[in-house]
Amino acid sequence: MGKFLHAFFSPLGLRRAVPQVWDGFQTNVKLMVIAEILVLVLALVVAIVRGLPGRWSLPLRGLAVAYTDFFRGTPLILVAYVIALGLPSLKIAVVSSQSLFVYGVASLTLVYTAYVTEVYRAGIESVHPSQRMAARSLGLTYAQTLRHVILPQAIRRVVPPLLNDFIGLQKDTAIITVIGLTEAIAQAGFYSNDFFSYAGYSVAAIFFVILTIPFARFTDSLIKQRERRERAQLV
Amino acid sequence: MTKTDHFISVSALTKRFGDNEVLHEVDLTVDLHQVVCLIGASGSGKSTLLRCLNLLEPVDAGTIVIDGETVTNGKVDVNALRRRIGIVFQSFNLFPHMTVMQNIVLAPRKNRGLSKQEAEQRARELLGRIGLLDKADEFPDRLSGGQQQRVAIVRALAMDPKLMLLDEITSALDPQLVADVLSLVGDLAKSGMTMVIATHEMSFAREVADKVCFLDSGSILEEGPPGEIFSRPREPRTREFLSRVLEAGRM
Repeated sequence: MGKFLHAFFSPLGLRRAVPQVWDGFQTNVKLMVIAEILVLVLALVVAIVRGLPGRWSLPLRGLAVAYTDFFRGTPLILVAYVIALGLPSLKIAVVSSQSLFVYGVASLTLVYTAYVTEVYRAGIESVHPSQRMAARSLGLTYAQTLRHVILPQAIRRVVPPLLNDFIGLQKDTAIITVIGLTEAIAQAGFYSNDFFSYAGYSVAAIFFVILTIPFARFTDSLIKQRERRERAQLV
Repeated sequence: MTKTDHFISVSALTKRFGDNEVLHEVDLTVDLHQVVCLIGASGSGKSTLLRCLNLLEPVDAGTIVIDGETVTNGKVDVNALRRRIGIVFQSFNLFPHMTVMQNIVLAPRKNRGLSKQEAEQRARELLGRIGLLDKADEFPDRLSGGQQQRVAIVRALAMDPKLMLLDEITSALDPQLVADVLSLVGDLAKSGMTMVIATHEMSFAREVADKVCFLDSGSILEEGPPGEIFSRPREPRTREFLSRVLEAGRM
């Protein structure tokens, strides 16, 4: 027990590890923020494409289905390897000359967009068909109905599962370490090599947890706020 | 009078859901400023007929001509058509994430080119007429069913439709809330609005309708002025239906 505490939680080790791991952790936060924004937008696009009506959109829908099926089934670590090691070797202009950070963002975005597409889609399908019918009967177009009636209701309903996926994404930024990007886990590794102490990993774990908690609380408060606003009318 | 002189003329309209033929070669004419009530048991095709009129349901066979325009030839701009035809549903179908005001002004702002001010002024005017001006900034779930349904009617009216379709709009309401909704519809009828109304409220139909059509398993079995249909129905099925309604105390 004493050995364990010393290896992972020695006060000196923790204190010394903080600046170094923090240095790497900032990269995780950047990965997370950029990937999340991209995922939010792209997943919405894919979800909308999957729901398009009519025969002409069939190839597009098929493409969207193939994409989500493929990237939901492929481990992130594999996607990261293929992108970060594979793309540069292909010597394609622009695509092959990006930084590891960009490859990291691309890997996370590709995989998580597939998950979040399904979340959006579940939300869109949860809106009762009568809402669409009412909107269309007022002469709103398909796009107007989606934009003003379906999506606002759908997105409200999927905030909690969306948050869940984003916590997953946040943690999975650590996987990007395998392509050689110097983020929190990499720094923790360097630290343990230099000082024969695992405190770096403990610090990284604490950072990840600290990042997650306010995120969860923030979303809770968003939901509460909206409920209050909608109920406030009652006197 | 030729067919095209009617505001609406439906001929040989057939609609199937899978193997189930819900409407069988229905013929119907509605003149401008006329109020036509569709009566009949649940499942007789009243709602489907209404929904075919504004193409919410695709039509399998037959033609519908509205205001001189054939709407069943597949070339019509359905959105433009629906902007001229208001429809109100049994289940209100207000948008729950929008206030009453936002519900009303959405379509006029997007598709009638009205500014926010113009659309809201018109909405206030309409809300004032039904005594719900003070509810403008409430969300629909804060309103009673009767209030929601009146808002739904106003939402449809805000597009200044030439025709209103009412699909059993009082069937989901408590009895004491029905009167307010029906009196609003009565006012609309007096103002000359052309309406096709599917209803179970026979006394209301008798009062407001110029023509009553009795639907039975997807066909219009009998039609005529309300006095005739309700007092001297020719068809045994009509008589049977009306006596059942009478027993249920809805007359």
